[in-house]
Amino acid sequence: MDARRESEPTPMKNRTTVERKSEREVVVTRTFNAPARIVFEAWTSPELIMQWWVPKSMGMSLLSCEMDVRVGGRYRLEFSYEGSKSAFFGTYKEVIPHSRLVWTNEESEDGAVTTVTFQEQDGKTLLVMHELYPSKEALDAAGTGAADATVETFAQLDELLVTLGANR
Amino acid sequence: MVQYSQARFNASFAALSDATRRGVLEVLGRSDASITELAGKFHMTLTGMKKHVAVLEQAGLVTTEKVGRVRTCRLGLHRLEEETAWIERYRQLWAARFEALDDVVEELKRKEKVDGRKKRK
Repeated sequence: MDARRESEPTPMKNRTTVERKSEREVVVTRTFNAPARIVFEAWTSPELIMQWWVPKSMGMSLLSCEMDVRVGGRYRLEFSYEGSKSAFFGTYKEVIPHSRLVWTNEESEDGAVTTVTFQEQDGKTLLVMHELYPSKEALDAAGTGAADATVETFAQLDELLVTLGANR
Repeated sequence: MVQYSQARFNASFAALSDATRRGVLEVLGRSDASITELAGKFHMTLTGMKKHVAVLEQAGLVTTEKVGRVRTCRLGLHRLEEETAWIERYRQLWAARFEALDDVVEELKRKEKVDGRKKRK
């Protein structure tokens, strides 16, 4: 690595692709301009996860993150969203440094098994995240992000206001 | 570009390649109908119509619902749009996360360089 590279402009954002492989599976792919060991570190260090897992645009905040990244080890992320708290937790099933992570998600019976692979080529890393849900309904529900929850909340509020108005 | 839809489009085109199935879609465009009614309209056996409906259902063009002994068929054309919207929502969530991850990764790379230089000194 030479010093000149540091002054290069930030490269274009890499594309994130999403593909539904089957009724219960979704695959997300993305390339990162860094070696696999660095990308892997960003997925397995709680302090680093705190910096990216919940971007501002999600409208949520991440309160805490505990991760025991080894086979059988557990993780727990706690969020707050519009005053209510929620948690995301589960167990690591496979941990192969710089190459592969598999974890379960256990906060409900609709939780997915997530497999993340890190493939390095020419100093870049292709990240493939595969999620397998127990049912199509669970996967459909998983696509509902915080933004939609807000829309739903407002829709419910609208309905409530209409009902209240009608009763006057 | 939405890659997931390739298989779905293939299934849709295969479903539409048959005149009876196109006819079924036309009928369902006017009103919902049971398999028995559709079989009668197209002078087919129940089994034959069930097969056609299954192909249309597989392609997401028709949805069916069984109430008691009657299976009602209706157009399911909106499903493609729903799935496209789902994919886009999911993609936006992960794209936002990954942009934040880019920053973390850049910071780690920068630190690694600095540490590397210190070690060489």
